[in-house]
Amino acid sequence: MSTATADSVSDQELVRRSDGRRIRPARILLHTFLITVAIAWLIPIGTAIYNSFRFYESDTQVNGPFSAPDTLTLQNYRDAWNVGEMGKTFGNTAFIVIPALFITLFLSAAVAFACTRFSWKFNIAFLVLFTAGNLMPQQVLFQPLFQIYKRVPWPDILSDTNTGNLLGTKIAVILIHIAFQVGFCTFVLANYMKTIPKELGEAAAVDGAGVLRQFFQVILPLTRPALAALATLEFTWLYNDFFWGAVLLNQGDERPITSSIAVLNGQYATDFNLIAAASIMIALPTLVVYLILQKQFISGLTLGANKG
Amino acid sequence: MTVTDHIDDTTPAVDPPARGRRRRRRRYTTLSKGDRFWLGVMVGVPAFLHLILVWVPALATTALSFTEWDNLAPLTDIRAVGFQNYWFIFTVFDTNLFPALFNNFILVFWLFFCSAIGMLLAYLLDKNLRGGRVYQSIYYFPVVLSLAVVGFIWKSTMFSRDRGLLNVIWPGEPIDFVGDGTKIFQFDIPFLDFPLGLSRNFAALLIAMAWRHIGYIMVMYLAGLKGVDPALREAASIDGCNEWQSFRNVVFPALKPINVVVAVITVIEALRAYDIIAALNEPRGTEVMGTLVTKSLLGEGGGRVGIGSAYGVVLLLLCLGFIIWYVYNHYRETEQ
Repeated sequence: MSTATADSVSDQELVRRSDGRRIRPARILLHTFLITVAIAWLIPIGTAIYNSFRFYESDTQVNGPFSAPDTLTLQNYRDAWNVGEMGKTFGNTAFIVIPALFITLFLSAAVAFACTRFSWKFNIAFLVLFTAGNLMPQQVLFQPLFQIYKRVPWPDILSDTNTGNLLGTKIAVILIHIAFQVGFCTFVLANYMKTIPKELGEAAAVDGAGVLRQFFQVILPLTRPALAALATLEFTWLYNDFFWGAVLLNQGDERPITSSIAVLNGQYATDFNLIAAASIMIALPTLVVYLILQKQFISGLTLGANKG
Repeated sequence: MTVTDHIDDTTPAVDPPARGRRRRRRRYTTLSKGDRFWLGVMVGVPAFLHLILVWVPALATTALSFTEWDNLAPLTDIRAVGFQNYWFIFTVFDTNLFPALFNNFILVFWLFFCSAIGMLLAYLLDKNLRGGRVYQSIYYFPVVLSLAVVGFIWKSTMFSRDRGLLNVIWPGEPIDFVGDGTKIFQFDIPFLDFPLGLSRNFAALLIAMAWRHIGYIMVMYLAGLKGVDPALREAASIDGCNEWQSFRNVVFPALKPINVVVAVITVIEALRAYDIIAALNEPRGTEVMGTLVTKSLLGEGGGRVGIGSAYGVVLLLLCLGFIIWYVYNHYRETEQ
């Protein structure tokens, strides 16, 4: 739908360009402005990348961040990786993000399906609940959440805390991620599913398909574009989570990668190039996903904003 | 839960005789017991998780804000104290509450300003420029970074006293933009015995947050602008509108749904701000409501659950107005 309008716009633009092809000074001014902004945007990360390959005390601090390097080195990356136990914390992140992502998408698709394809007493009320819940500030939730987790028994075999309850386990982080993100995903998927013609479900029902078959074989395949877009977006959100990892997991080496960097910052507060190296390693997975799946990423965001 | 039938009141293309239609509906769309069960599971499991882990804690925090309790003591020790905690946070602890609230308010105004810049960039990029995609990708990439990582990237290259690039544009003596809590401006408030103001390190964080926020809003508006009918703009230019007039009177009103979303995102982001400040170890001068709530429930004062919860409720109430406004706007239009 939106691609169609985009095409027609660019067609018009082409026509306009081919009949009166002159470069206006306004355009040049505009490009100058946009390029300036782009350079300003790239300075923080560009400088961080460049200097992460240099020593701080003997090089950057003496010669300045833009000077030619004395030596280029990977030492900052090695140090950050070892001191921050980044191998382990990357593992923690994967352990949390991957199940949370799939379960969230699956559960949200189920709610959105039940609320938009069928009408029952409280379907809009449920959607309102989910939408509003997702906008709540997380800080307001965690004290009672501690108390709930403390009272949920959890076998020690499945955790690394051995306290007999959920508090302090990575499962606890996965659960709150699911509970929280289901709000946003349901909202987006409900908007999307509303646009699928009702006749499709009816036709399947006529052919004798039950609710489950309608969900798995008719609606879910048609929702794939929205699911792909949401998966990209949710991956970065879950990966980037700082708060839940920091408050629910006590030890630094248990935490996901983003929360654990605070430990590094405490120990190496003044080795700025080492901090730059750590930041870049943490940023890398999301940057790679963004560069490869840019279109998915952006449509995921805007699916939530546009109605239907 | 009463599952009735498909929403099937569409397509009255050929209106069949009333009796036949009625029979058909009953035959094909009433749900069997098994179907009802599965629909119940589909809604029940996520709703249970969401209610237990999001709504129940939010209500519990609200309830706890009217009590006194040490979180290491058993639940039976909870003692109701009425509005005492609120009285405390607005009087005894006003040196904690008001600076944090003030920083949040600055953040709201600042992010609205950034949203306007995002809208401007989107408007410029919407002109089908050569290389538009490249500009868009560059402006947008900080959005995929965690705000904690944004904090570290800026700390490593922009904020330091010796080599930080912010000191290139800072007019005075070089300063440490992470630690320097000196106020840039401050003013007295009649009912407070200390001034409120914007500290240097919080101002530096504002710039880092803008770096991420502008791209986010730009993408929202780019999507919105694609949906604005080009004929509207053409009509405006034929009627002799200049660029500003056509934007002000034609394009901007057509963007209303996006404006609502952006307003909510902006306010909620500003009120929920936490990551970047906490990641930099909450330097003095940068406290906001998010860090205040967390610190008072987790840190040394963690025993006083009532006080921490009262801070939390203040934050929740600030968010709630916007949440309700947004949900009302969205679902009212859906209903129609």
